[in-house]
Amino acid sequence: MKKLLSGLMSCAMALTMVACGGGSSSSSESATTFKIGGSGPLTGDYAIYGKAVENGAKIAVDEINAEGKIQIEFKMEDDQGDPEQSPICYANLQDWGMQIGLSTVTSGAGAAVSQKYKDDQTFAITPSASNTSVVFSNDDCTESYGYVFQMCFTDPNQGIASADYLKDHEDIGTKVAVLYQSDENYSTSIYQKFKGEAEKVGLEVVYEDSFTKDSKDFTGQLKKAKESGADVVYLPMYYTTAALILNQSNAMGYAPSFVGVDGMDGILTLEGFDTKLAEGVFLLVPFSADSDNETTKNFVAKYEEQFGQTPNQFAADAYDCIYAIAQAIEAGQITPDMANSEIAEKLIAQFTSMTFNGSTGTNVTWAKTGEVSKTPLAVVIKDGVYVGYEGE
Amino acid sequence: MEKMKQLFKKNNKNQALSFLLVIVMYVAIEALLKTGNLKSLYTSMLVPVCCYCIVALALNLVVGVSGELSLGHAGFMSIGAFTGVIVSGYLSNFIGSQMVCFAIAVVCGAIMAAIFGFVISIPVLKLEGDYLAIVTLAFGQIIKTLVNNIYLGYDQAGFHFSFVKNTIELQSGGKMFISGPVGATGTTITSNFTAGVIMILITLIIIYNFMNSRQGRAVMAARDDKIAAQSVGLDIVKTKTMVFVLSAALAGAAGVLYGLNFSTLVPSKFDFNTSILVLVYVVLGGLGNMFGTLISTIVLVMLPQLLRALNDYRMLIYAVLLIVIMIATNNKTIRDMITGVFNRKKAEGEGE
Repeated sequence: MKKLLSGLMSCAMALTMVACGGGSSSSSESATTFKIGGSGPLTGDYAIYGKAVENGAKIAVDEINAEGKIQIEFKMEDDQGDPEQSPICYANLQDWGMQIGLSTVTSGAGAAVSQKYKDDQTFAITPSASNTSVVFSNDDCTESYGYVFQMCFTDPNQGIASADYLKDHEDIGTKVAVLYQSDENYSTSIYQKFKGEAEKVGLEVVYEDSFTKDSKDFTGQLKKAKESGADVVYLPMYYTTAALILNQSNAMGYAPSFVGVDGMDGILTLEGFDTKLAEGVFLLVPFSADSDNETTKNFVAKYEEQFGQTPNQFAADAYDCIYAIAQAIEAGQITPDMANSEIAEKLIAQFTSMTFNGSTGTNVTWAKTGEVSKTPLAVVIKDGVYVGYEGE
Repeated sequence: MEKMKQLFKKNNKNQALSFLLVIVMYVAIEALLKTGNLKSLYTSMLVPVCCYCIVALALNLVVGVSGELSLGHAGFMSIGAFTGVIVSGYLSNFIGSQMVCFAIAVVCGAIMAAIFGFVISIPVLKLEGDYLAIVTLAFGQIIKTLVNNIYLGYDQAGFHFSFVKNTIELQSGGKMFISGPVGATGTTITSNFTAGVIMILITLIIIYNFMNSRQGRAVMAARDDKIAAQSVGLDIVKTKTMVFVLSAALAGAAGVLYGLNFSTLVPSKFDFNTSILVLVYVVLGGLGNMFGTLISTIVLVMLPQLLRALNDYRMLIYAVLLIVIMIATNNKTIRDMITGVFNRKKAEGEGE
């Protein structure tokens, strides 16, 4: 009689669907507040990024609401970084009455909803989905969605900036080895652009190798890198893998300069990782928690007080996203009772013309395509914290 | 037509229930859609649910009907999905009608998956039980790794292909169909709910027809008693190959439906977890029970989304519920209780 039980369940489900369908989302009480919705991995492999974005955005929302000029209601959905889940999250946010999107935290998930934001003429800005496919609809990067903006660098820009930086700072090292994860789009796309730019500027890459997801042993690759005489190892990857590499390199007594990208951010808060191993690691990140910038200081203090950790750049990007939206809302005299398409039109006009100062950069501007323009910050890890690196 | 009549003439409750369920659900949901009463959350889930239904039905053909365990069905989905995206993307340059493109893509995806299914079945079906499961598991991994390393683009000069390292430089206006781990991006969405339901119905017709055919009965006989089946001269390897290829083709078709429903498709989606998830739908629905499979797939695909209100505890509660459902549907006391209620109602009905 399993069938009967299943039948009952399906009936119950059909009922809930109808019941929920009845209460459509024409919320009139929200006429004074802006509804901003986003999605990101709050559970699963990349949960640390989603959580950071959620926390960062919440701080900004609380501050803006306390100030009182505009009121914001913020909601974050869990998409587990999965392109199958993010459209569902998007739909759920629509039901909730989202007016402005924080898009997604990860790239794959982001690319799956960009077209939807465009179709529904809703404005979105992503704190950390860095792949070009999030803002561009074709491979030539000539046609942008136009409704989706980025707060972080695009992956190609990171790869190019890294190669340029290494070329300009020969004191870090001159012979470069690259390790990247071949089945992960973030890692691969940075690597490809890095390689192209390295060839162009004449940066010497002596060794390159790849690994796949769930690899745990990198001693083979490190040994070869050492034999090839590399004194810089470039690691375009997320911090969990980078931590293993640093550990194994230390164990075999190989001590080149390690250079990471923004995915390396978070390594200092990784549980069970000896931060001494990350000593002297270079990173090109948009955000450094020990910066003298007033906005950053305030944000870091609040974040530490509320969540008991130092914020990473994902949190900072989200914080800036909310503030950038607020700035555009005020400058464009946008009110919450406008239709989504009208809000989007005015926000786009503001974003493409305004200059924004936040915790992840000053004089930040956006192109019509949605790409951000800001300067990356080079930091080096000293005594377990990021310190701005000026070169020697 | 005569065949259709015969199909329904067979007094098969399960069969009638399955068709009824799909058609009733379709009519109900279409009505809600037309009147604008369906929340976007559910609207966005219609096609994925259809797609998982088809894969689960296809897997049930292997696991339930032929009695072999396959842990690689996500691999066939992957082949179907990427073939579908390529075919649809290529044909859209020549054919205006989206429906025609979609239909051709589905057929191509199914054929491609069937070819892979046939190739894999040659070594696989000589194995049995656990060994076969392990090989299909490996197959799923191989497909995932292969697709992860394929770069395929198209421009005026034709197709460009490279493996492991992306060496493709397209002319302007060209399009990358698959770019390694990034997968397929910017796909035009052509799947829709109606197409999904039609595909479920076709799948059901194929599966029930097969189960009631001479070949289907031969497969089930081999499943129940291999030696007895061989003794009456049934070619077990041949029949099992047929089931496996058919199942692969259906999973491939479902993959096309899936691939053309999202503007982004990543190869890593079709990993071991997805295979296992589909197996869970099949096991909960009942081996060889197509109606049960439909119900369990719909419930289990929807469940995590219905639990969204629970925020952080969502996946935890989902896991707990899954365990509870599995135990409850297999617990004799609970089942007897429900049977009791059902029988009493029946008795009352007869008494009137």
